Amino acid sequence: MTTFDVVIALLAATSVGAAALVVTTRQVVHAALWLVVSLAALAGCYVVLAAELVAWVQVLVYVGAVVVLMLFAVMLTRAPIGRSADTDGARLGAAVVATAMTATLVVLLLKSFGDVRVDLKARPVGNGEVIGSALFRSWVLPFELLSLLLLAALVGAVVLTRDDIEGEQ
Amino acid sequence: MHLAVPLVAGALLFGLGIYGVLARKNAVLVLMAVELMLNAVNLNLIAFGAYLRDRFRTGEVTTLFVVTIAAAEVGVGLAIVLLLYRRRESVDLDRATELREEAA
Repeated sequence: MTTFDVVIALLAATSVGAAALVVTTRQVVHAALWLVVSLAALAGCYVVLAAELVAWVQVLVYVGAVVVLMLFAVMLTRAPIGRSADTDGARLGAAVVATAMTATLVVLLLKSFGDVRVDLKARPVGNGEVIGSALFRSWVLPFELLSLLLLAALVGAVVLTRDDIEGEQ
Repeated sequence: MHLAVPLVAGALLFGLGIYGVLARKNAVLVLMAVELMLNAVNLNLIAFGAYLRDRFRTGEVTTLFVVTIAAAEVGVGLAIVLLLYRRRESVDLDRATELREEAA
């Protein structure tokens, strides 16, 4: 057990606990706020795993943008403030499927990687310089394609939500 | 550091996401559960990136790509949810059983 182990275990436990509350709470707004806790703790895990830039992107994009978008959607769909009874459907079936799959995954991962150690100091921290040069040396094409995907998603979202755009009749 | 810690955490997050997608009826809550699953995948990518230490930083770069795709997915997904709400006055996925528009 090293300090890294303890810190990442604590952060991961926070993230998993908050995620459990995201999928079980009956208050829609609380689910969004617990999602913030879960994703921020994951950003902490990324820092421990020496992925500094990804941690900042996680905070900026997820905690900053995605959760705010979720909260806007919660408000625009007039989700009730406070408890709402009709948030969940087939809980038992979902719990059975999720538990079976998680148990399989955990057993499989522990059997395969149970005693594998990672040397976190063996390579430079993934900061902006390192990831930036990897991105623009080895990953330029997918990177540029992603900007196209974002543009398509942007246009698609605008076209979907505006109701004054008519197709050719 | 043990590689198993982030991997097990990722598996648990993914399981919780599966549970959320299956059990929730509110479309916004389902999207949140999908985000949890995507983040579980990201944690795995980062952990294996730190373990394998490849020259191209595949783990971290792929995580950035997944985050971008997730942002696009949330944008379009929430647009669809808003459209659903505007048409049906409800975001209950159990009641959204038809693709066609309701007869005016």
